[in-house]
Amino acid sequence: MSPAREHAVELLRQMVLVRRFEEKCAELYGLGKIRGFLHLYVGEEAVAAGVLAALGPDDNVLATYREHGQALLRGVPPGAVMAEMFGRANGCSRGRGGSMHLFDVERRFHGGHAIVGGGLPVAVGLALADTHLGRAGVTACFFGDGATAEGEFHESLNLAALWRLPVLFVCENNLYAMGTALERHQAVPDLAAKPPTYGIPTERVDGMDVLAVEDAARRAVERMRATPGPAFLEVRTYRFRAHSMYDAELYRDKAEVKRWAEERDPIRLLDDDLRRRGWLDADARAALERGVEQLVRDAVAEAEAGPLEPVEDLERDVLA
Amino acid sequence: MPQMNMVQAINDALRVAMKKDDRIVVLGEDVGKVGGVFRVTAGLYDEFGDDRVIDTPLSEGGIVGAAIGMALYGMVPVPEIQFADFIWPAYDQIVSELAKYRYRSGGEYPCKMVIRTPVGGGIRGGHYHSQHPEAHFIHVAGLKVVCPSNPYDAKGMLLAALADPDPVLYFEPKRIYRAAKGDVPEGEYTVPLESASVAREGRDVTVIAYGAMLYEALDAAERAAQEGVDCEVIDLRTLWPVDIRAIEASVEKTGRLVVVHEAPRTCGFGAELVSLVVERVFFHLQAPPRRVTGFDTPFPYTLEMEYLPLSHRILPALLETARA
Ligand SMILES: Cc1ncc(C[n+]2csc(CCOP(=O)(O)OP(=O)(O)O)c2C)c(N)n1
Ligand SMILES: [Mg+2]
Repeated sequence: MSPAREHAVELLRQMVLVRRFEEKCAELYGLGKIRGFLHLYVGEEAVAAGVLAALGPDDNVLATYREHGQALLRGVPPGAVMAEMFGRANGCSRGRGGSMHLFDVERRFHGGHAIVGGGLPVAVGLALADTHLGRAGVTACFFGDGATAEGEFHESLNLAALWRLPVLFVCENNLYAMGTALERHQAVPDLAAKPPTYGIPTERVDGMDVLAVEDAARRAVERMRATPGPAFLEVRTYRFRAHSMYDAELYRDKAEVKRWAEERDPIRLLDDDLRRRGWLDADARAALERGVEQLVRDAVAEAEAGPLEPVEDLERDVLA
Repeated sequence: MPQMNMVQAINDALRVAMKKDDRIVVLGEDVGKVGGVFRVTAGLYDEFGDDRVIDTPLSEGGIVGAAIGMALYGMVPVPEIQFADFIWPAYDQIVSELAKYRYRSGGEYPCKMVIRTPVGGGIRGGHYHSQHPEAHFIHVAGLKVVCPSNPYDAKGMLLAALADPDPVLYFEPKRIYRAAKGDVPEGEYTVPLESASVAREGRDVTVIAYGAMLYEALDAAERAAQEGVDCEVIDLRTLWPVDIRAIEASVEKTGRLVVVHEAPRTCGFGAELVSLVVERVFFHLQAPPRRVTGFDTPFPYTLEMEYLPLSHRILPALLETARA
């Protein structure tokens, strides 16, 4: 298999993994195994898959509360992610964080952030530390379109640009901040117009085309490694499901959701592309699906088998 | 009289007030078209239009700051912060601007508004959808802080807060948003701020609680009664300025005090309440006052039922205080 072909199939497998993993989460939520708040990434998988493909192990990643995809594709084992969602002690945050707070220090996956905008200044700090320490890594920070209204967004862009820090700002523009459409929450809905005012090189990319996302991310990362300073990607995507598990979706047209899911599903688009090129036949596709299903099944088993945090640990890790 | 839950009662209060006073403007994230994530502002956007019910971007500092500007002009803004856990970007505006306008302008600039926000745990929300941050606001001079526990008070206190000349933080205990139901009069009435209510009369121990924990305190009091300990449960309702006379009167009668709250223990509101009682009615006390509270931890994800001061943790404190 050519490297390009192998890589494209691998990206497909990654997106299918995130999709099936989250579909399972939704099912488990219905059964009361996962509780609280659960924000699914269904429809947006190509953003994480494309951007993370452009990063290496020395780079840093920060994400939002909608971060199962980033965690899985950064290499956090599916069992550790699922166990975290169950609140089990074998979870990647020892059952402490749940769905919105996945962490993995070894993989430089510096967390989900439930506070919108909360991760942005932290990303600036990681990049500042890298610069001080003479490390080569870049810091990728994912956030939504809604986050661009918070003060921390503007503070972070300014600081990263002023100090020429290697922060890759990845705006997952899914056109809604919870129930508020982009043009109802932004004076300038063209999000790619904002970072250039801070002198930050910016690119807009189709977030349903994983290869395009990866190309754009590679260009940005290469530029950052060559010339110090941040870069910004506005990745146009769409969330196919509710904002979180409770959401009557009164704010958008059913037809609009249907159109995106039918015409712009990133998995279907890559599937079609691979088929057209003759890069993935039906048997191989079915095998890919079976492999993913097995991973998800094992992840659930691992989560089910994990112990709950003992009550004695309630006050652990507040201070050293 | 119609039966309502807390959500309906608060919604009704807003509607009644907005009909009468067109200076009142509601603003916040998804409060308009969506009607709020807990549906507290449902229907108001259709009824009053988008200049009285304003959907805002994610911008808590901007929401409260803009509300302050409106208030300086004599309007009556009612900003909603979607969860109290998200109030911190607005804390600067609340502490540095809102709380100090009247004082620093020598009384020239009152800054009347009601900031509504859901508080408290017990809904499996984890770290950032569960906190009960009253102490952070009570500590700031220039703010009033209230936390009703039932639909009747919720409506009456919101109408009182909207008539009050000062900024009021109106905390809505989300765990009982739908669980607490009761008769709520139609139209206008107020429950005066700064008045606690006696939710259960008793002779042996005074228990102070508020919000969702009131019901835990009442449950513990019933169980204590079966063991021969007769508790008086005070629903504080307004946390600051506190109805200290009601507390004194009760402690003068019982000689014993237990304070319950979900927020962490250290520098929690319980510390202030115990201090006030010790300073004012020390010689009536027959036992050391006690606190049953959350732990000195961030709000936990899986261990929330262990963290919360539920009835089974309150009961031993009542019995031990009664027998001390
Ligand atoms: C400071 C803060 N305010 C409000 C919220 C509640 N909230 C969580 S997600 C969200 C919408 C965020 O939209 P966007 O940034 O576009 O991300 P998306 O959910 O679309 O991925 C809101 C209002 C929060 N978590 N933090
Ligand atoms: Mg969005």
